[in-house]
Amino acid sequence: MSELLEVKDLSKSYRHKNYWWNKKIDTILAPISFSVEAHQTLAIIGETGSGKSTLAKLLVGAEPASSGSIYLNGQVLKSDSYKQRCQHIRMIFQDSGTTLNPSLTILQLLDEPLKLNTSFNESKRKELIRATLQKVGLLGDHMNFYPHMFSGGQKQRISLARAIILQPQVIILDEALASLDPSLRSQMINLLLDLQQQMGLAYILISHNLGIIRHFSDNILVLSQGEVVESGKTRDVMSKPQHKVTQKLLMNQSFQLKPKRK
Amino acid sequence: MNLLDIRNLTIELIHDEQNILAVDKVSLSMKEGEVRGLVGESGSGKSLLAQALVGVLDDKWHVHADRFHWRGIDLLRLSIEERKVLLSRDIAMIFQEPMACLDPTTAIEDQLTEAIDDSQLTGFFWQKKQQRKSAAIKLLHKVGIKNHVACLTSYPHQLTEALCQRVMIAIALARRPILLIADEPTAAMENTNQGQIFRLLASLNQLKNMSILLISHDLENITHWTNTITVMYSGQFVEAGTTDQIFNKPLHPYTRALVDSSPSANLHLPAKSRLMTLPGSIPILQHLPIGCRLGPRCPRAQQACVKAPSVTSYHGHKVSCHFPLKPLSPPLKKSIKGAC
Repeated sequence: MSELLEVKDLSKSYRHKNYWWNKKIDTILAPISFSVEAHQTLAIIGETGSGKSTLAKLLVGAEPASSGSIYLNGQVLKSDSYKQRCQHIRMIFQDSGTTLNPSLTILQLLDEPLKLNTSFNESKRKELIRATLQKVGLLGDHMNFYPHMFSGGQKQRISLARAIILQPQVIILDEALASLDPSLRSQMINLLLDLQQQMGLAYILISHNLGIIRHFSDNILVLSQGEVVESGKTRDVMSKPQHKVTQKLLMNQSFQLKPKRK
Repeated sequence: MNLLDIRNLTIELIHDEQNILAVDKVSLSMKEGEVRGLVGESGSGKSLLAQALVGVLDDKWHVHADRFHWRGIDLLRLSIEERKVLLSRDIAMIFQEPMACLDPTTAIEDQLTEAIDDSQLTGFFWQKKQQRKSAAIKLLHKVGIKNHVACLTSYPHQLTEALCQRVMIAIALARRPILLIADEPTAAMENTNQGQIFRLLASLNQLKNMSILLISHDLENITHWTNTITVMYSGQFVEAGTTDQIFNKPLHPYTRALVDSSPSANLHLPAKSRLMTLPGSIPILQHLPIGCRLGPRCPRAQQACVKAPSVTSYHGHKVSCHFPLKPLSPPLKKSIKGAC
């Protein structure tokens, strides 16, 4: 099976502007390579400052990479080709409440990516928005509402609708499940899994919750200080962590998994 | 004697036309040296309950209770001043988002020494400043901050989130409280830091015999640390019992759903299978269902559920449901296996 998304030697470093003679360079992300197939989920875990979010930003094109290249279906994604990229790689952010523009209705919110990226006429766009809202478990009539009229879980669904409306191939979930309540979170997980089956989406899941990662992902990538310290099938890594960092991460949550026995 | 004994606490929001019952007849009792978890999703009134307990709600909220006893003293009958004296001595609270709760314009040292009261200091007035400082350093050591020099001189934004939370705990410990209310102490924190904070709270509980009311929206996070758990939903009491009872033999359909919906508690489920969920979402305060507020989402709801159920107790395992899951019924695992 061919890889949907392939990343080769991607890295990110910042240069300090002040030093003229001995330039100082901060490497946030060491050269990193991985690949994701359709219908698969890649989980990325690591501590704060390990470069998880930087990686997400590089993939989605919010920041230019210092080196390396990203291939989508075998084609190189250029760092300035936003049109191509934003159609195929979409992102859902952690806080759904603040990522939706409060002064626009849901119709306008979802219309924006369509206007910019497709040549559909208005009725076609509206039809597509209605269908997408229904796909994420909302009603078509919700399109005339404003974001504040929805609860947290519904807002996250709208973010998801905004992500899938352009029929992307990769969705990046940057802690998208962390701020939800448990019962809504499992609804959301079910929805994401359904969509993955229907549309063949590939997810890149950045999360702290190892329970969700174990349930959700096929492959896992453990980052520490900008370097990949361990990668492989989720089940193998979870059951037999090799690297110290992974062991530490797992140990910190192992006691959360079961109540203590008396 | 119970440390804290609250019976049928009701908190009302005074509104133009109709008063809203934000917390409806919730009971909570705590013994000395106990770690009690208070679990509920957003809007379940758990933070309101904590705020009512420390008495920081303003005039818009009306608090009634059949019994509101703190070590045998009825708090609702005391005047505000008397209550303040009592509560500031015995109860301390830490909040979520520690960085936002500390004063950003003041160094940690000033914030910490401010919390140490004069009665703890002995000696003449010229010695007090020095004593205050050494007390602050001791507090920092107690919460596990070794580099006290750097910590005392820094401002909140210079510290990491876990360090800020430790400073918050140090401030809370300054008056040696009997009860510590931790309102989502680890929200938006990483696993490693979460573990540190919980371990610190657990050691304080063990060493100082300090009772802790641990408030969280996530059942799975706190089960390891609590002795007993109270579950709330949308302002109503759901279930209370020991951690083992709640986690392994839940009686209420809501608790059952909470446990089932957590992927970490259901390791036997194959990866990528569907999780058990309740349909719908949490009702908002303006449109609360009558009777049992879980009613519209509950898989076992029947006609009787339009009346709020009373609390029944099975060997100390309290549940508020008309149709509880059988106390000794076989666990639901079988049906899950069949469904897969």
